[in-house]
Amino acid sequence: MSGYLVSGLPIPVVAPDGRDQPFWEGLANNRLLLQRCNSCRGWQWGPEYICHHCLGDDLGFEEVTAEGVIYSHERVWHPVHPALRAQDGPYIVVLVELPQAGNVRLVGNLLGDPRQKIPIGGRVRGVFEHHPDSQPAYSLLQWELMT
Amino acid sequence: MTRSLRGRVAVVGVGETAYYKRGGSPDPEFKLALDAIIKACSDAGVSPRDVDGFSSYSNDRSEPSRIAAALGCHELKFAAMQWGGGGGGGSGALANAAAAIATGVADCVVVFRALAQGQFGRFGQGPRSNVISGPFAHTVPYGLMSPAQMFAMKVTRFMHDYGVEQPALRSIALASYHHAQNNPRAVMYGRPLDEAAYDASRWIVEPFHLFDCCLENDGAAAMVLVAAERAKDCPHKPCYVLGAVAGSQYRAGADVHNTPDYASSSFKPLAPRLYDMAKVGPGDVDVLQSYENFTGGVMMAMVEHGFCEPEACNEFFVKERFLAPSGDLPLNTSGGNLAECYMHGLGLNLEAVRQIRGQSTSQVADVNVSMVISGPMVTPVSSCIFGSEATV
Repeated sequence: MSGYLVSGLPIPVVAPDGRDQPFWEGLANNRLLLQRCNSCRGWQWGPEYICHHCLGDDLGFEEVTAEGVIYSHERVWHPVHPALRAQDGPYIVVLVELPQAGNVRLVGNLLGDPRQKIPIGGRVRGVFEHHPDSQPAYSLLQWELMT
Repeated sequence: MTRSLRGRVAVVGVGETAYYKRGGSPDPEFKLALDAIIKACSDAGVSPRDVDGFSSYSNDRSEPSRIAAALGCHELKFAAMQWGGGGGGGSGALANAAAAIATGVADCVVVFRALAQGQFGRFGQGPRSNVISGPFAHTVPYGLMSPAQMFAMKVTRFMHDYGVEQPALRSIALASYHHAQNNPRAVMYGRPLDEAAYDASRWIVEPFHLFDCCLENDGAAAMVLVAAERAKDCPHKPCYVLGAVAGSQYRAGADVHNTPDYASSSFKPLAPRLYDMAKVGPGDVDVLQSYENFTGGVMMAMVEHGFCEPEACNEFFVKERFLAPSGDLPLNTSGGNLAECYMHGLGLNLEAVRQIRGQSTSQVADVNVSMVISGPMVTPVSSCIFGSEATV
């Protein structure tokens, strides 16, 4: 399956220390898993060794509904990576806030017309984008506006 | 005794190499560093052999021990690196140098930055690796990988929150290009910019047109600092450090754009500390150099330093206000990072010193308080205020 962006960008892999491994495994299985503290129940993103709320180190990953709100956005025109020169026109990057997970934020692309007007505060639904034929295989989490 | 840098240290020498388009330097980066340092020492009337400390930022590759060996410095007492934050470290490196002198750790410290992007690779491009891990794995595969892309998202949210329109950003670009036309050192000398050319320029990433983005350059800049009592013996008017601070807000470094106070230039907690140390307020500033990585960051940093309320940006950010000598807040009077040279912002500190001395190519009359804001939107950021003899 092809993705929102052309292929050829760096492929995401699990951090060498494994601290975001559940997140990437979750995406591959159409699930969104984010880091949560087992002691104080606080959320945090990106994943870290300790919880910034209570400084405890009993951290886990918990499934979250892949829905959120557009916190900010940008429409990118200039290709800063050679692969992006093959992209047909601009593309949209959104910063999505997740109220159900302590308002942590995720970066993704906004599916649909790349020239669309982008509403800050607009509600979006996650769309899992799989690249099984890539070497290595990987999955991304994209977003589309709820109507 | 009050713990403050105010009036205890002065900049007595400034120097820079010729400024080149990225990849255009005939010399390697380390030689550029030495050239700028020797020029700054000459300007200060100080022998390079008597420099005993070096301070830089953004992981500058020219290490103090190698520099001291190359220059034949008698003794090395201080070798400081302001961690992280790229150009946000410029005034922080100066703060570190001033602190070392004020506390007797060193006597004559050079603050410098050298860059040869041709020799070592460009800033404005994404990673070329096949795979990516860690925090950037959560942004780069979505096409968010360059500095312009990292910061456009902050500026977009700020503009949304306060109803800021594009001409506010444009005024900053026009001011830098205007001043560069008076400055023969400027890479954009002889290449003026007007409203129509700005409006017609291509988008890099909204809300940044081409001219909202800094240059990429090769070169080096340096300044020499000594204790205030020694500064009076140097050839030029001393330029006193009234205040210099560095840092950032709560969890500014949270990964993947998770900083709680997101639409910020990172200066909110710094500005009160700066003014408190310098014992001046924004209304006392005669001339301002504010780091343009991207124009939106200049606007946010000026708001957070109290020059304008966020709701008033559309009225405040007009070109005429920023032009020397007639504007009420002359801004980026050398041409800055947009049009003089992207010397990772240290050129702004040199220009602030020249304004105190009366040596700018766009000189403002009777400058006593000259301010620099370094590297908005990164972490840590920094800012500093210089004063003339009359202020101490």
